[in-house]
Amino acid sequence: MIGVLDRALRRIGHLVVDGVWKLGAATRFTGYVLVRSADSVRRPQLTLNEIYFTGTLSLIIIIVSGTFVGLVLGLQGYETLKRYGSSEALGTLVALALVRELGPVVSALLFASRAGSAITAKIGIMKATEQLSAMEMMAVDPFARVLSPTFWGGVISMPLLAAIFSAMGVFGGYLIGVVIIGVDSGAFWSQMQANVDLREDILNGVIKSAVFGVAVTLIALFEGYDAPPTAEGVSYAVTRTVVTSALAVLALDFVLTSFMFTGV
Amino acid sequence: MIELRDVEFRYGSRGVLSGVNMRIPRGKVVGIMGLSGSGKTTILRLIGGQLKPTRGTVSVAGQKIHELSHAELYRLRRRMGMLFQFGALFTDYSVFDNVAFPLREHTRLPASMIRDLVLMKLNAVGLRGAAQLMPAELSGGMARRVALARAGALDPMVMMYDEPFTGLDPISTGVIANLIRRLNEALGATSILVTHDVQESFGIADYIYFVSAGVIVAEGPPHALRDSTEPFVHQFVHGETDGPVPFHYPAQPYGRDLDLESSP
Repeated sequence: MIGVLDRALRRIGHLVVDGVWKLGAATRFTGYVLVRSADSVRRPQLTLNEIYFTGTLSLIIIIVSGTFVGLVLGLQGYETLKRYGSSEALGTLVALALVRELGPVVSALLFASRAGSAITAKIGIMKATEQLSAMEMMAVDPFARVLSPTFWGGVISMPLLAAIFSAMGVFGGYLIGVVIIGVDSGAFWSQMQANVDLREDILNGVIKSAVFGVAVTLIALFEGYDAPPTAEGVSYAVTRTVVTSALAVLALDFVLTSFMFTGV
Repeated sequence: MIELRDVEFRYGSRGVLSGVNMRIPRGKVVGIMGLSGSGKTTILRLIGGQLKPTRGTVSVAGQKIHELSHAELYRLRRRMGMLFQFGALFTDYSVFDNVAFPLREHTRLPASMIRDLVLMKLNAVGLRGAAQLMPAELSGGMARRVALARAGALDPMVMMYDEPFTGLDPISTGVIANLIRRLNEALGATSILVTHDVQESFGIADYIYFVSAGVIVAEGPPHALRDSTEPFVHQFVHGETDGPVPFHYPAQPYGRDLDLESSP
């Protein structure tokens, strides 16, 4: 009995120590990424390359998913609003749901699984095949040359992807609501224009997606950099990136929503 | 030129090197030999400043490498080249771009001059015709030669080679050994060669250190070590299966494992 308790306590202790150690390492890693960001500004081409890698290559999944989410939102929204005789408010419902919540959150989850996993795999493999060490030995700082530009590429891409996701979602809602079901087009757009606030709704949505971009890109970079230099190590790191990013996005969304939209 | 004085290195509680003293004069090719896990690569990483000694000093060109600031270390590394075990080529860059990488990062030379320099470096390793290939299209020996051209791109004063012959066929091994010697003479550099390969390293090195379990067990010019009576060196040089390095991993008596005799 004492042996079992002892083992359980040891295990908990190890988990806590490992967790604290990893948190410390991640904080130091974030510090390095930020301190070595000068090259990302001095050589914008490095950051532009990463925007292409994380942003442009994620466009297809964002556009397709945004459209489908908008289609579903249009259908569900219409069915619900019709019960209360306010189907003209469909445009407002679709737009608010997208710019406040679904746009930033769903695009961040998609970003984590498409771009986050790719970032982790790339950095993990560069480490495993000693490409990062080779860079260091050529007097080129991998933080300045690779990690910081990737970070800024992700941070810049994420709000743009969220905006495209929301725009495609609104288009999907319009398609199903106006073109197929027959909601009045003027009411759809004018209600949306009247009820969606630039600062309250759109700006807060952009802030959310920027915060998610920071979180997902940092998690992806750190997991890749921290991955054991083996095939299994990189594979586990990619899985951890997707899982940790998804949980972080959902938790951050709750916190940000509490501050932004409920006056807490 | 390069000096290690009473160097000790530990990973946590695990000792890797203990009381290591080395003097590597300018212009010489010095081999560091020993079993896998004996601490050879750690010595290279200490000289390159990728690791810091737990005790003792590591000096390169009169500068204590572990006391340098980040900027000073990177300035010194511009005068060092390192060939990694499997080349560590950047997999998304062509052969040409790999060799051009240090030149583009550290010089402001015009593109036409960089092109000429890269082609000269590639010609020196016999791969000018492979300039537009990608690393995935190269054989192991070719990748090692490209990495050699890249490591020597900035005409370094110190060249470090980490297991340069591993996994190569006899022709490629001979080519790499020949290039290491020629490059050392052409650059007037100091070369440090970490390897298991007795025949090739004895053929090109001026002086050899033998490392076992983190300490230097023997040193001298190749001809003296070939005839050494020191048991470890003798076993290593002649490839004997048993000796100070036993064939069997420590275990309890064989009979006891097979249940042929009882435990004491």
